[in-house]
Amino acid sequence: MHAVILGIGNIILSDEGVGVRAVEALEKAYRLPEGVAAIDGGTSSMELLDDLSDLDLLVVLDTIMAGKPPGTIIRLTGEEVPVFFRRKLSPHQISLADVLASLELIGHLPKEVVVIGVQPVTLELGLDLTPTVAAQVPQLVALAAAEFSARGCALEPLGAVV
Amino acid sequence: MTRITIDPITRIEGHLRVDVDVDGGRVKKAWSSGQMWRGVELILLGRDPRDAWAITQRICGVCTTVHAITSVRAVENALQMEVPLNAQFIRNLIILAHSVHDHIVHFYHLSALDWVDVTSALKADPDKAAILGESLSSWSLNNKHEMRKTHERLKNFVNGGQLGIFSNGYWGHPAMKLSPEVNLMAVAHYLQALEIQRHANKIVSILGGKTPHIQNVAVGGVANPIATDSQAVLTVERLLAIKTFIDGLNDFVKNVYLVDVAAVGAFYADWTKIGAGVTNYLAVPDIPLDTKGTQFAMPGGFIEAGNLGSYKPITKFGDEYWTKGVEESVKHSWYNYDAKGPLHPYQGETKPNYTDFKEDAKYSWLKSPTFYGKVAQVGPLARVLNMLAAGHEPTKKYATATLDTVSTLAKTKVGLDAMHSTIGRHAARAISCAVQVDMLADQWSLLLSNIGKGDTKTFNKPTFPKGEQMGVGFHEAPRGALSHWVVIADGKIKNYQCVVPSTWNACPRNEKDEPGPYEASLMNTPIAETEKPLEVLRTIHSFDPCIACAIHLTDKENDTTISVKAF
Repeated sequence: MHAVILGIGNIILSDEGVGVRAVEALEKAYRLPEGVAAIDGGTSSMELLDDLSDLDLLVVLDTIMAGKPPGTIIRLTGEEVPVFFRRKLSPHQISLADVLASLELIGHLPKEVVVIGVQPVTLELGLDLTPTVAAQVPQLVALAAAEFSARGCALEPLGAVV
Repeated sequence: MTRITIDPITRIEGHLRVDVDVDGGRVKKAWSSGQMWRGVELILLGRDPRDAWAITQRICGVCTTVHAITSVRAVENALQMEVPLNAQFIRNLIILAHSVHDHIVHFYHLSALDWVDVTSALKADPDKAAILGESLSSWSLNNKHEMRKTHERLKNFVNGGQLGIFSNGYWGHPAMKLSPEVNLMAVAHYLQALEIQRHANKIVSILGGKTPHIQNVAVGGVANPIATDSQAVLTVERLLAIKTFIDGLNDFVKNVYLVDVAAVGAFYADWTKIGAGVTNYLAVPDIPLDTKGTQFAMPGGFIEAGNLGSYKPITKFGDEYWTKGVEESVKHSWYNYDAKGPLHPYQGETKPNYTDFKEDAKYSWLKSPTFYGKVAQVGPLARVLNMLAAGHEPTKKYATATLDTVSTLAKTKVGLDAMHSTIGRHAARAISCAVQVDMLADQWSLLLSNIGKGDTKTFNKPTFPKGEQMGVGFHEAPRGALSHWVVIADGKIKNYQCVVPSTWNACPRNEKDEPGPYEASLMNTPIAETEKPLEVLRTIHSFDPCIACAIHLTDKENDTTISVKAF
């Protein structure tokens, strides 16, 4: 399986960085098999084009503004993903949407896209997650890993504490 | 008088709002407003200067590597450090590959659709487009097969009920002037550029460890151990792979990008007279060739009032001519200074004072920088004009060739004066890109030959003395002169200020109420349809604002809002 777990968000805007922090935690918790990469995408866009080409699965970890209580985890898949971008629930809808649209244009779109996000407490300036959102990082990591188990490609735990 | 407000909705990178007053079909007044507070400077206070680069590369998702490089240069300058030759060459390769990537993506994917009408391409005869393409260059993918394939793909896309990424363009706008065949050729190159840009990204990723956030820079050098016999480090094999990517970029930049820009320039010759704005041009030298940063492959300096004869060079890292010239005003910015008047970045303050948009007072989160009290344009045009003024031969070669192609296609002599314009900024970016592709190959050879001499050093360990040190790092980034200014006290950051290219170009009015480059460049721009101000986007996009963003257009008179994709 050719897959990417992509954390997006800006780590200097507190909870905005949860996707990136989750990817860092995931890399410490699991050995990624050949063909599966964990990427700290930050707030990049077109630089990601190559890494996101021709994937079987793209798992996006992000902040989601869904009007839910802070810390709520939301999983979107299939038809919900374009809606997620269209309704601008993510602060990054523009850049990642551009990358996916470009991949569609040249026929390299991922076969499947899953978005797992956390409702933030705040997007204030700061390098640390709020305790509410930080507490959800292990769950975010577990959910990302579960996407692989569900597809018969379980990630091998490294035994480290997430 | 109609007021048009163009305000991007994205919150993470661009955050640019532009307001113009239009009267009699022309822009009479313009305001450029940065809509997001960049408070990264405050996060850095009290931290270890060796960590600053990793944090500053998060300022922006497009310009990650450039902030990393500039930050380590600032700290190295404060510590008066030398950087091993291999580290300079490796950094130079990253800088150049990033810049080439940025320029290609900017032209094809973020701004070409201001000039190219995708829907018109559907009406093209693919075979005629191929004949046209083959008459312009030797690029192997200008053939009939490729043009037919592009036409087919585009048709399927449109027939599929959606234009996807092309859905919100100004298709059919009266300011769109290319023939269907030229449009089809441009769309073909747009698609090819999506593939080609990967070559540049791969170079950054081999050398930088990862993209988009490189991991290999360090204060004092780079963290790339060099060995000829180990897989984990920078091997000859990896270096040879880099050369293959450079060759791929070279073919595309010389035979497609440069030619396309010349064609757009020729077919839109009227745009060589629009959009000049501020003609004081500032560029910093870059691509250091020695350990101290006193010799550079790319010269830089300052040109006043568009006069190349006024060129004054900036000659080395920490050059006083540069260091003493920069000041920032907050008269029209949402900050307060304790002191009166503009401040030097070493004394710079970051104290927010948001007032809402007040067109005669404060209206932007950007400060307003000046060079010896003068407003200055930065970016590829400033870079190319300074390099020409410095007598830089490769720049002269590509500038002459490009202007010759424009002249031939436009059937009239187009000279260097045409560069002071909206289309001139695009041409300069392509010329700069061609120069930088050649430099990539040069730096690659320099690195290999230095390793060949037995030098494998990549890092000098920094030591932080007691007391206070000040340093500035500068870098001629894709969007122009970028500088980080650091004050270190007892090994910790005491002050940190970033003066970024978009601040120079997109700044609000300064202490003397003079408009910034974006604002000045929009004056008298013709606007065909106030509800579709494509012309404003063309000029602003020619500066390469940081992001391709969807934007809202608000016509206050009619109180209508139109959503528009900015590329």
